[in-house]
Amino acid sequence: MPHLQSQQSLKLILKNYFTGFKSPLAWCTSAGPAEILRALGFDVYFPENHGALLGASRTAEKYIPRAHQEGFGGEICSYLTSDIGAWRMKETPLTKAYGLPSVPKPDLIVYNTNQCREVADWFNFFAEEFDCPVFGIYPPRHLEEIHQRDIDNVVGQFEDLILLGEKVIGNKMTDADLMETVLLSKRGSQLWGEVLNTAQTTPSPITFFDGTILMAPIVVLRGTQICVDFYQEVLEELTQLSSEKISAVAKEDVRIYWEGMPVWGRLKAFSQLFANNNAAVVASTYCNSWIFDDFDENNPLESLALAYTQIFINRGENAKLDMMKDIINNFNIDGVIFHDSKTCFNNSNNRFGLPKKLTDATGISCVTIEGDLNDMRFLSDGQIETKLETFIDQIGSKKGIY
Amino acid sequence: MAYAAGVDVGSTQTKAVIIDEQKKIVSRSLIDTGANVVQAAEKAFLLTLKDGNIREEEVSYVIGTGYGRYKVTFGNAQITEISCHGRGAVHMFPKTRTVIDMGGQDTKGISINESGEIIDFCMNDKCAAGTGRFLGAASMALDIPLGELGPTALKSERPVKISTTCTVFAETEVLSWLGKGKKIQDILMGVHKSIASRSVSLLRRVGIKDQVTFTGGVTKNLGMVTVINELIGLKMNVSDDSHYMGALGAALFALDHIFESRIPHEEMLK
Repeated sequence: MPHLQSQQSLKLILKNYFTGFKSPLAWCTSAGPAEILRALGFDVYFPENHGALLGASRTAEKYIPRAHQEGFGGEICSYLTSDIGAWRMKETPLTKAYGLPSVPKPDLIVYNTNQCREVADWFNFFAEEFDCPVFGIYPPRHLEEIHQRDIDNVVGQFEDLILLGEKVIGNKMTDADLMETVLLSKRGSQLWGEVLNTAQTTPSPITFFDGTILMAPIVVLRGTQICVDFYQEVLEELTQLSSEKISAVAKEDVRIYWEGMPVWGRLKAFSQLFANNNAAVVASTYCNSWIFDDFDENNPLESLALAYTQIFINRGENAKLDMMKDIINNFNIDGVIFHDSKTCFNNSNNRFGLPKKLTDATGISCVTIEGDLNDMRFLSDGQIETKLETFIDQIGSKKGIY
Repeated sequence: MAYAAGVDVGSTQTKAVIIDEQKKIVSRSLIDTGANVVQAAEKAFLLTLKDGNIREEEVSYVIGTGYGRYKVTFGNAQITEISCHGRGAVHMFPKTRTVIDMGGQDTKGISINESGEIIDFCMNDKCAAGTGRFLGAASMALDIPLGELGPTALKSERPVKISTTCTVFAETEVLSWLGKGKKIQDILMGVHKSIASRSVSLLRRVGIKDQVTFTGGVTKNLGMVTVINELIGLKMNVSDDSHYMGALGAALFALDHIFESRIPHEEMLK
């Protein structure tokens, strides 16, 4: 992503974010109700973001075996195992990057199992470590449709969370603060969506790999003006690049949709592999997961409940199929890559026949690669390279390019 | 007369093929890849030149394929072995619509059209079960040369069931069957059936359409050919050159390039 000036702003924003933590501080899952925590007055830290940093810095494999020593298995979430292993070894990439001695101490830990049950084990481990109050939100899972009773269920849990948060912080949350935070989240999310949608043009000024870097503020600073301002800046820059037909890859013959987790330890290598083969990964379920269309400041709790319950990972197979079909149409996709992530069952959507259903419904070719988000021991570079190059050849032949 | 070459650097063996303008194989070579992949590619190519009594400058275009395709440093381009096996198979057996390529460390099921273009493909994940390496492990455990595995297995009357899907544990399981007094041919047939079953499930994922062509090093194993034929209910195409199919496909792509470069400029503009 060397062509994006806003990357410099991102560096500063993240530096300020990580060096600015102050108490009271809450830990939260990435698709958890951060808005409630911010409205209560907490700073918010996201362990999944830390997990991604461990993967991207390729230090995860050093820490994962330490988590095995604690009794955590080798085939469960490698965010969890790398994060817990790093904690046990008293190390963090935040030291080298921002001078932090450790991850910040929580006053409250909150998780939402809308993405997986592993977060419960992960966050409860740290609640015990810090002797800290913990609150789990357990929404209905794998829904084809969201009903009012599902929203009511989650709203009830949010109300309990607010009571606990107020007790921890010693103050009442005001409606005005919650409305303001939800409004900022809505604006940030809308802008993030517009940023990703710049890839709908051909050639695309942005790839999935750029997105995995640019997405940090929508995860860790959702509900703040900083997040809104950043995506406004990125959007302006990408719109300009788009108008000048400046593309993210030198030659964009093939447009790819990436389904599943990023392989954090191979972002650069995969980005180069696609570029070298004149292919651009222009869409992903992963980056799109932080576009929350339903935030509504006038109906904050219900809209948060709806937005966080209807995310892709929490949906039934038919709902997922429909969401993927929309992305394929909107982004003019030629082929879909499913990443079967060994330690992330919930984000490996190839396992129940979705690729075949998608091909039957759209005619678009799919391929599955086996890998992992953080544990590179589950990855064979040679086989992935062969699969991806063949897949791009296959699509190229189909399009009459090669 | 110009020649085109394909060099297929596999995990176990490196194959090279030179073809003439009539797409006829004029020479071929096969060597163990060993530890020095660059050297293996060069050596295989030089042996092919020597075998065909062809000078290097007569070979106008070389394409590298296989896992070591980027190590064919003297090559002009690289194409994956999946595309090359598809192309080679449809050239040798024009009615081929499905290819099963069984090599040292992976097995691929490939669905192709009449031009040899890939419609769909599937390969094993990084596990070596269902590949030639599994046979290698059995060969070591039973102390039987690779070339005798198939004929020995075909003598089986009561094959055992090899249940493990791990190549390493397969060796242990083979030894445990030996300990139970089972005949070697019955154990070997169990090994063949285990590999064939996993490979055919890959084929089923891309769809088995007649004709099926078998490619890769394991095509030399008559036992494996027989077992897969039984499982899919079809008689696969196999030739003496099936082992060279990837290199042949690469050479055919190289020849395409030679022909395309001869198209007059005015034609290109049309």
